[in-house]
Amino acid sequence: MSNILGPGTPAPDFALHVTPDQKLSLGELRGKPVILAFYPADWSPVCGDQMALYNEVLSEFKKHGAELLGISVDGVWCHDEFAKVRHLHFPLLADFEPKGEIARKYGAYRHDDGFCERALFVIDKSGTIRWSYCSPVAVNPGADGILQALEELPK
Amino acid sequence: MALLKVPITPDDHIQGDERAPVKLVEYGDYECPYCGRAYPIVKRVQTHFGERLLFVFRNFPLKEMHPNAEGAAEAAEFAAAHGRFWEMHDGLYENQADLGLDLLLELAKTLRLSVPDIRDALTQRQYAARIRADFLGGVRSGVNGTPTFFINGRRHDGPFEFEDLVAAIEAADE
Repeated sequence: MSNILGPGTPAPDFALHVTPDQKLSLGELRGKPVILAFYPADWSPVCGDQMALYNEVLSEFKKHGAELLGISVDGVWCHDEFAKVRHLHFPLLADFEPKGEIARKYGAYRHDDGFCERALFVIDKSGTIRWSYCSPVAVNPGADGILQALEELPK
Repeated sequence: MALLKVPITPDDHIQGDERAPVKLVEYGDYECPYCGRAYPIVKRVQTHFGERLLFVFRNFPLKEMHPNAEGAAEAAEFAAAHGRFWEMHDGLYENQADLGLDLLLELAKTLRLSVPDIRDALTQRQYAARIRADFLGGVRSGVNGTPTFFINGRRHDGPFEFEDLVAAIEAADE
């Protein structure tokens, strides 16, 4: 398993496609907590469950003012279809070209497999990582850790 | 090890004696096919253990994935308010392929519950808050999908065939 960035580390910035003609950068979200959820692949079964769960918990994340971003090496058209079919109400970022560049910066890239770890980061409103967790690839990490980390963020 | 954070209370839907040595809690979704598969297995497990086992069902509908799950859960809660939770629960799983408003009304009628009243309850989302409370309690306990079982407060990870559940329950009762 990779050595993911830990608490206290400044979150590396990025600007990635969320739609075919739109990019989103971490800097744009400064002032709000951000949940970054790296996951291996759009259509793999565990990912589907994990993203479906986050979709349902989204309103709890919002209570903390937090934005959730899903991120994988899948391309923007793949994300688009995945989000549509699963009715996902949060952005999916394409870490597609150069492949996995952002995941590598977070220590969340599986070099042998060529896709992201199932890694979670909670970033505070000033852009510092406050909590991170890397789950075994086949295990859905759930939302409890994220909620707890959001509750523990300094107000 | 994920632990059940919300203790069993009289507000839960409970089958069995509260003094039973083993307590099985399921977080389920009425439209989830895996929960549908688990339904008869749980019945067999209950028969197998008899008075040694208490069973609790809590709601964990994934609404975006299963558009009929929330309505079904609300119908079960409506039935619960009239003392008929388990009949509705069983009816929903036994007719899972036909889930939808028509089935909810038909089941209500079969249980001699007021059809206009259940219609109102569903329209007004009367039981939505209770279901959401179940759901969030599940999230905090490490329920990541359905069905998720807890045996004496510990999450049961892995398969949930009859033999798996029996073995896990035996182990918890030692």
